[in-house]
Amino acid sequence: MATRDKRRYGSELVGERGRLLPAVGLLGGLAVWWAVTALGSGIITNFAPAATLAVLAELVVSPAFYDHVFVSIYRFAIALGLCLTVGLPIGIVVGYFKAAERATTVLFQFMRMISPLAWFPIAIIVFGVGTQSAVFVMFMAGLWPIVLNTAHGIATIDDDWITVGESLGGDTRALLRRVVVPAVIPDMLTGIRLSIGILWIILVPAEMLGVNTGLGYLILDARDRFSYAEIPAIMLVIGFIGFWLDLSVRRLHARWNWG
Amino acid sequence: MSIESRPATADDDGEASDVRSGSASAVGADAGDADRRATDAAPIVASDLTKRYDETLVFDGLDLSVDPGEVCCLLGPSGCGKTTLLHLLAGLEDPTSGRVEIDSEAVTGPDYRWGVVFQDPLLYPWLSVRENVEIGPRLRGEEPDPDLIDELLELVGLDGVADADTADLSGGMAQRASLARTLANEPEVLLLDEPFSALDQLTKMELQDELLRIVDELGVTAAFVTHDIDEAVYLGDRVAIMGPVPAGIEHVERIDSETRSRDDEAFLAERAATFERLEAVGLE
Repeated sequence: MATRDKRRYGSELVGERGRLLPAVGLLGGLAVWWAVTALGSGIITNFAPAATLAVLAELVVSPAFYDHVFVSIYRFAIALGLCLTVGLPIGIVVGYFKAAERATTVLFQFMRMISPLAWFPIAIIVFGVGTQSAVFVMFMAGLWPIVLNTAHGIATIDDDWITVGESLGGDTRALLRRVVVPAVIPDMLTGIRLSIGILWIILVPAEMLGVNTGLGYLILDARDRFSYAEIPAIMLVIGFIGFWLDLSVRRLHARWNWG
Repeated sequence: MSIESRPATADDDGEASDVRSGSASAVGADAGDADRRATDAAPIVASDLTKRYDETLVFDGLDLSVDPGEVCCLLGPSGCGKTTLLHLLAGLEDPTSGRVEIDSEAVTGPDYRWGVVFQDPLLYPWLSVRENVEIGPRLRGEEPDPDLIDELLELVGLDGVADADTADLSGGMAQRASLARTLANEPEVLLLDEPFSALDQLTKMELQDELLRIVDELGVTAAFVTHDIDEAVYLGDRVAIMGPVPAGIEHVERIDSETRSRDDEAFLAERAATFERLEAVGLE
């Protein structure tokens, strides 16, 4: 009985104060950041939290900064749009036709393992310096999770759901619309979530290599201007937007998920 | 319990009227059955059905007819081909040879008029209970009639949880929803494949009673696959016993259903006698 009381007390503690735990984690991270910069010496002290937050406060009221934010989001959106328009149909075909799956599995797994940044020289030679190159490299990275998860979803759809639909009088078109597509949505969203994470991560190096706008470019530009505290400030913004993007897909996924 | 293979005897064929012990109850049963049956319900006739999977012969030259409004139980051990037979009746599989007719129309594929209830409820988890019941008409490109859906939800006792997620339903409730979904197509016949086998005994008995009530109310013809002798005897107007492959239907037993009840002495006595006869024809 004592154990049970104790256990209940423990879980209540987590329940009541659970909402505070993420803040505890964030504060812990901040403490480590502060410790590394405060206890260190030399150039690393430039990246201290206090200086960073001061620069961040300046950045968020500067219209020029938002130009960079929006152009980054724009590139991200174009790349995601391309990944969806190309990835979803390929995924459906690969998942639906056994032959297509067999034909492409090795190729896709092979392509997936080539770092998207390895495409950069080719992208620059073909597309030149600019948004096109950055988007191409992001596309080469973000495509695979959408293709592979959609294909997996189609291939593992419960045959009995189709049989039920047939016995209830559905033709192929009605079955696709009312059974197959809804059944695969959770897998598609898993793929989209992974893809969004990859695209946002690849965005920064892509903008470092081939363009002169955007958040990735801004980081290198800050370094060149010896504006060191601006670098972690931009990193915070990148992390914040990425977290928010992932959170929105996670919400969507929670709503559209069935085991 | 299992059903043994045994040599065929003269009184083995489908029309098993001579199997019944002649008694007062038999006469009463005939009258009762006639009342029960809707005259405009559709008969199911399977003739000379053969089904073979590669090297395995499931049955050969099988005949079965289910009269309009009748509940015919297909009883047999696992792997005897009873589900295969039901799939052939439903057009979910094609026979190797032979034909199935429902209401004098050849069955060549699945059709909403031949409603199937599967062993698992197989509800669509992205739809609410009500939307699941509505999906049949929608799949056929029709707008479901809200009054009919309300009526069906009430008929199966789910009117209180119409907007619930299917994940929140118990096994019994899910199977009720599945039955309502099939009924929403207003099928001419009901083909049920061990629909209650995964349920606990109490829920099972409850649903058996409800199924009988619904079949009576709607006057549909039904074929009910089960491996549970008790269930077959309680639900069926007739019980077709299937032996291990490739025996097919070995014997058909008519059940006196007029006094059908779980505690009516006459029915229990009749049922006990039926059990004995079933044992005599091949039960261990």
